[in-house]
Amino acid sequence: MKHTLSLFITLSVFWLLNSGHYSLLILSLGFASIVLILFIAYKMDVIDQESQPLHLSPDIFGYLAWLVKEIVKANITVVKHIWLGKQSISPTLKKINISQQTDMGKVIYANSITLTPGTVAIDLTENEIIVHALLVKDIESLEAGEMDHRVTLLER
Amino acid sequence: MEMIITIASGFFILVGSFLCFSGGIGLIRFPDFYTRMHAVGVTDTLGAGMVLVGLMILSPDLLVFAKLVMVLLLTLLIGPTTSHVLAKAAFHNGLMPQQLKRSEQIDIIKNKDDKEKTSSHS
Amino acid sequence: MLIAATLAIFVTMILAIFRGIVGPTLYDRILAVNMFGTKTVLLISLLGFVMGRPEFLDIAIVYALINFISVIGVLRYSDTNQFKHTPDENESVEKEL
Repeated sequence: MKHTLSLFITLSVFWLLNSGHYSLLILSLGFASIVLILFIAYKMDVIDQESQPLHLSPDIFGYLAWLVKEIVKANITVVKHIWLGKQSISPTLKKINISQQTDMGKVIYANSITLTPGTVAIDLTENEIIVHALLVKDIESLEAGEMDHRVTLLER
Repeated sequence: MEMIITIASGFFILVGSFLCFSGGIGLIRFPDFYTRMHAVGVTDTLGAGMVLVGLMILSPDLLVFAKLVMVLLLTLLIGPTTSHVLAKAAFHNGLMPQQLKRSEQIDIIKNKDDKEKTSSHS
Repeated sequence: MLIAATLAIFVTMILAIFRGIVGPTLYDRILAVNMFGTKTVLLISLLGFVMGRPEFLDIAIVYALINFISVIGVLRYSDTNQFKHTPDENESVEKEL
């Protein structure tokens, strides 16, 4: 029920911001379409804590701020190496251990790795993740485990 | 005030478009598929992000601002998803990165799975 | 400044198209087409501001979604034989570069 309500609010905000017209007819049409979407989502059985991660603690905003900082730093590094040319890069492929238990934590970690330029998560198994990195340094900083630690803290 | 808005948005948009241009150069210059993917990552995250933040500063009303936020969120969600799916498809179909000189990389490929073609190639 | 940014994005799109035409492997081409799509979203947003018509942003949102679905749709078929990468192709790649 909580998740249905959250999906309804998300869809309503999306619809209202996209529309920009607030007459009664259009609002009722929008309401009808939202209810239709909710019905389809209910039939598909996708309304659960996976699509509406309400249980994530508010720490996620702190994590996002930290992630944005990391993304900016990684971007500067990659752009520098683009202009330095292909002699300066050292592509690496390596398996990395992950310490998250839940699927949500693993997905957040893998997506954070991919979102940071210079590292791409290629495959995710039970407790390992295959990462391709532009520089050996990036792999080493992932192995040092700061991002891993932060995501694990987020899971609780 | 007008001045500050112009300067701030101009800074963000110009830096963002420079990052996008660098990503395009990287797409041309880098030697193999996996490294090119990192170049595309630059344009998808900070390049698009800075251009859209610059436009947000310029936006005349709330609705335009909200739409720009939506475009930004969509870009940030779509970028990693497509690059991960693409990398996974390429990896499972036997496209290996160049410079496979390190022993641990050979290890990964050997015990990866039952793809005999892949391991004979490496 | 908006026009300069539009031109820069435009040049980036030309570079992406170039990689899509030259691109030695199939995956390079898909990557280039994907990047072309995301840059189109940026170009549409910028053009909306250049022309003073922010309604273009709706088109940008729809284009982002279509681009995502098309790339995922192509890669749904990635376990068919046509997507297999053969080592011979890889060697010709190294020669070309």
